[in-house]
This record gives sequence, structure tokens and C-alpha cells, in this order.
Amino acid sequence: MAASPLEKHAHAPDKARALSSSWVALPILLTVALVAASVAIGAGDFSFAALTAGPGSDAWQLLMVSRLPRTLALLLAGMSLAVAGLIMQMLVRNRFVEPSTAGTIESATLGVLVLALLAPDTPVFGKMLVAAGFALAGTFLFLGLLRRIPLRSPYLVPLVGLILGGVVQAVTTFFAYRYDMLQTLHAWTVGDFSGVLRGRYELLWIGAALTFAAWLAADRFTVAGMGQQFTTNLGLNYKRLTFWGLLIVACISSTVVVTAGSIPFLGLIVPNVVSIIFGDNMRRSVPWVAVLGGLFVLACDIIGRLVVFPYEIPIGTVVGSIGGALFLFLLLRGRSRGE
Amino acid sequence: MASKSLFLSPALRLALLSMLAFGVVAAFMLIGAGGNWEFVLPFRGAKLAAMVLVAYAIALSSVLFQTITHNRILTPSIMGFDALYLLIQAAIVFSLGIDPLGETGNVNLRFAVEVILMTGFACLLFRALFTGAAHSLHLMLLAGIVFGLLFRSLASFVMRLIDPNEFLVLQDRMFASFNAIQTDLLWVAATAIGLASLVAWRLRRRYDVLVLGREIAVNLGIDYRRTVMLTLGLIAVMVSVSTALVGPVTFFGLLVSNLAYVSAGSSKHRWLLPVAVLWGVVFLVGGQVLLERVLELNATVSVVIEFVGGLLFLFLITRRKL
Repeated sequence: MAASPLEKHAHAPDKARALSSSWVALPILLTVALVAASVAIGAGDFSFAALTAGPGSDAWQLLMVSRLPRTLALLLAGMSLAVAGLIMQMLVRNRFVEPSTAGTIESATLGVLVLALLAPDTPVFGKMLVAAGFALAGTFLFLGLLRRIPLRSPYLVPLVGLILGGVVQAVTTFFAYRYDMLQTLHAWTVGDFSGVLRGRYELLWIGAALTFAAWLAADRFTVAGMGQQFTTNLGLNYKRLTFWGLLIVACISSTVVVTAGSIPFLGLIVPNVVSIIFGDNMRRSVPWVAVLGGLFVLACDIIGRLVVFPYEIPIGTVVGSIGGALFLFLLLRGRSRGE
Repeated sequence: MASKSLFLSPALRLALLSMLAFGVVAAFMLIGAGGNWEFVLPFRGAKLAAMVLVAYAIALSSVLFQTITHNRILTPSIMGFDALYLLIQAAIVFSLGIDPLGETGNVNLRFAVEVILMTGFACLLFRALFTGAAHSLHLMLLAGIVFGLLFRSLASFVMRLIDPNEFLVLQDRMFASFNAIQTDLLWVAATAIGLASLVAWRLRRRYDVLVLGREIAVNLGIDYRRTVMLTLGLIAVMVSVSTALVGPVTFFGLLVSNLAYVSAGSSKHRWLLPVAVLWGVVFLVGGQVLLERVLELNATVSVVIEFVGGLLFLFLITRRKL
């Protein structure tokens, strides 16, 4: 069933132990380098030397109000979305599931639109809660659909999710068109961090906290991924576990959608790459997934800012291009080996 | 289906459907016209012509694609073909600029170049997807949809490389939608579609054999490879035309081709193709009349098509029997 492509790297924990001790320095160095680069790039004049002038100077102002929030927002969004993807893959037991291939993101967007139509003055935290509620409902709709159909192939799961997302998006577009909100809708559907300033990204810390919680509960999600009977045998409440896992995913997705818009495929590529290198032990891979997720988003954002400097290409477009190509690679990789 | 065809012959069904399509077209032209014919006729006429061309191109290309892939779920747009056209269009604007040859005549020339490139790349995409070791339908569908998403992202990436100040203007001018139908392409589009469908019509009996599967078709003396490649060329032309006129519509082809299979009362292409085209006209023009004139909803018909078509697609892929 859906589990077949999951267990490919079951032997990998030993390898992971050997790797993680020697490789741990590399991503940390890379992250530091990319954070420095991300802070340094921008249309305004900025140099690290100017910071020595003291906390009152223009350079400090720029750093604290614009550059640092943006970099932090990117890191937080990348980390939490990648981990959200990993949790979903564990719970649904399918490698190709993540918030944007399960109707979650599209449902969150619908929630934001409904709120913008009915109660446009809702504070951003309330927006996030409503979006999370819609996202959760959409994800359960997806799971309900999966339960009703015979799963003959692991590819059917993301296929159903993508189309369900498309149908939800059609509903969203219908209302956005009717009420002249297509432009606003565009801002939520294509991720863009150029508007991030101090005071406009703090919601993402909630996502980061949830990511940390997911790490603590990682073993339980791994057990839940083994199936309902197995989980119950080990004395855990399967339904509650699934619910909490998906709640975390829904909240993370909606914090990102509300703050910056959707970033497609991120939660799919990063965990898959990590599992190719390190294997499937979730507790061990969560930190790697988080770090690589942050790195990937930072790198994509830097690309988007440099290619048409001083303008920007929104990160949703950059990740959609690079991530889409990687997704195809992951999909067709198995085929060429004749699996 | 066999029992139903006892009651109505394919010809009668076709005639009934033609009447329905004619009625819908008349409704589109007449409802709410208010007697101001000098303005209404050319304005609505151009819009109608574009919609009919689009319905024609999408219906024909979808049925042909399903014939050469022996599958009733795959359509060119689901496999990412119209997103590919968007990408080619964007790449041409990026590399040559929007007016490489001055104002006169270049729309048609650019369109011709786009169609030729599209044919080449569509063949490459088709081979990449359909000549792998394993033929998992779900894998192909998923890969096709992801290809589509990728092409769309790449197209907007390329568009962003053009000066962002011009980007929005360009986007409006370059990328058609149902609200901004590119009527300046009507003549060249009609010619292209006319030629393509002439070829397709000559091949109609071959398609009846082709649909039986590769082995049987080869056994019965069909030059399989050549026919498939030629048909892909025709499909590429028709996809280019419809995408150039109204932009990508993912599930429309799926909707009309499956309706045609159920309602044509025959599986011969001489009936299937016209029935699919007529359903296309009924849905596209009828949907527009219903939404704009009758319900007076400020909505675009493509969104409704995506909604209904998406549900149909979900139903089709999740059925027990595939």
C-alpha cells in the first residue's frame, strides 16, 4: 500500500550516527554564512562595518527593523514548514504528502479570504486561528477521502490532495473574483517575504514553538505512522495523536500563509532529501529537516533577491521552480530504477 | 451504453446536440442585446468565435490525447501541456522582447514560432512521461500535474526577469484569460485549427484502431509511432491555440471528452469528435450565458469549470475500476 516507498532507507540509522558527528558543523557554518548574506543584501545601503557606529545609527535601525526580521522570518518559516511536511508524511504514511499536496494550504487561504470578507478588521492572531481551523478541516476532508478509496498506489495520495487543493482553490478564486479581491488573494497564494518588518512576522515564532513540540513528540508520531492497531497495542491513543499532529501542521501552515503566503513543496523535498541521507528515524531527522528547511528557504530567498536586483522575485515562485524540479526528480528517480 | 444506443442512433444524438449548441449560441448573441446591433454583433461575435474555437481545440485535443494514450483520464492540460505553452511564450518574450519585428504582422509570426517550439517540447515531454520502464498511471498523472505546476512557476519566474515595472502590463497583454480573450489572434488561430482538424479527420479511422491498444494497432498494420507523433503535433497546435486565446483551463478537456464517451452512442471517432466539440461549445458558451446573463453573477466561467472538472477528476481517479 502507501507504505511501500517509505521503508527504503530502514538500514540508515547507523550510517546517520557516523554522518551526523562529522557533518554537524557544515550546516551550522552554512546557516551562519547565509544569514549574514541575507542580512547584507538589499536595496538600502548597509555594511557590517557601519554597525560599529552604535545602536542608534541608521545601519542598526535598518538591521533591527527590516533585515533581521526578514531573515528570522525566513528561517522560522522554512524550519517549521519542513517539519510540518515530515509530520504529515509520518501520519499519512506517504512520502509525497505535505501541506500543499493535501489541500491544507488552499483551505487555510480560503479561511483567510472568508475572514477578509466577513470581518476584515480581525487581528492577525485571530486570522491565523481561523486559517488554522479551515486548514484542519481541509486536511480532515483529505484524510476522509483517502479512507474511502482503495489506495492502489502511493502516487494516488498526493494526486488526490493536489486536486482537492485545486477544487478548494477554485472556490476561493470564485469568491475573490466576485468581491474584487484577486489582487489580495495573489498575496496569500504566492509566498513573498519582502513585506516582512519588525512587528509583522512574530506569528512565526508560534510555528517555531510548535515545531519544537513536534520534536519532543517525534517518537509518538513515528509510532502513529505504523498504523492504528500497532499504536493502540503500544498503549497510545491513535486518534488523539493524529489529531494533535495534524493540528500542529495546520497551525504551522496558517502562520506562514498569514505572514508571507504559501511556499509550495518545501515540506516535501526537505524531509525526502534528509531521509535519503540519514534514514527514517524521525527523532533524529527532525533537527536535520528543520535546519535544511531553513537553509533552503534562505538560499531561495537570496536567489530571488539577487537575480533581478534591486527588485525581487517572490520566494513562492523561486521555491515553486526549484522545488517543483526536485519533486519531479524524486518522483521519477524511483521509476528509472524500475521500481 | 449498448442498450441506450438502441433508442437513439449516433446521428440523431449528434443532431439533438447540435440543436442544443445552436440554441446556446443564439442565447449568447441575443439575450440582453437591447437592439444595439452595430455594437453588439461584432463585439459578441468575436468573443463567441474565440470561445467556439477554444471549445473545439480543447475537445479535439483531449479526445485525441486520450486515444493515443489509451486512457480516459489523461488530457493534455492535466499533463502540463498548456502550462508548457505559457512557459514558451514567456521565454520568447524574455529573449526577443515583446515586439522583435516591429508592430506589423509579428503577432502571427510569434504565434507560429511558439507553435513550432511547443510541438517539439510537447513531444519531448510526452516521451519523457510515457516511455519509462514502468507504466504506473498514477505516477504519470502526478508527474504531469507537477510538470504543470513547475512550468507555471518557471513561466512567472521568467516573466519576473523582465523589468518589473513592465511586468504587470506585459502579463495583461501576454496572458489571456476568459475576461481578456485575445481576439487579435482569431484568424490565425482558426486557420491553424482548421488545418489540424483536417488532418485529424483524415486519420479518424486509424484512431478507431489505435484506441484498441498499441499491440493490436501494430498488428492491424498501423504505423504506430508515426501516427502517435503526428497526432502529438496536432495536439500541440490545438493546445497552443486554446491557451493563446483564453489561457490554461485544466479540467475542461476531461469534462467534455468523458461526456462524449457517455453520450455519443458509439466509440467511433467520426461520432466522438463532433460530439465532444459540441459539448465543449454547450458548456463554454452556455456557462457564460448562465453565469453572466441569467444569474448575473460577476464570475468567470473557467473557475466553475475547474471546480466541476476537479470533482469529476477526483471521482474518476478514485473509482475502484480504472
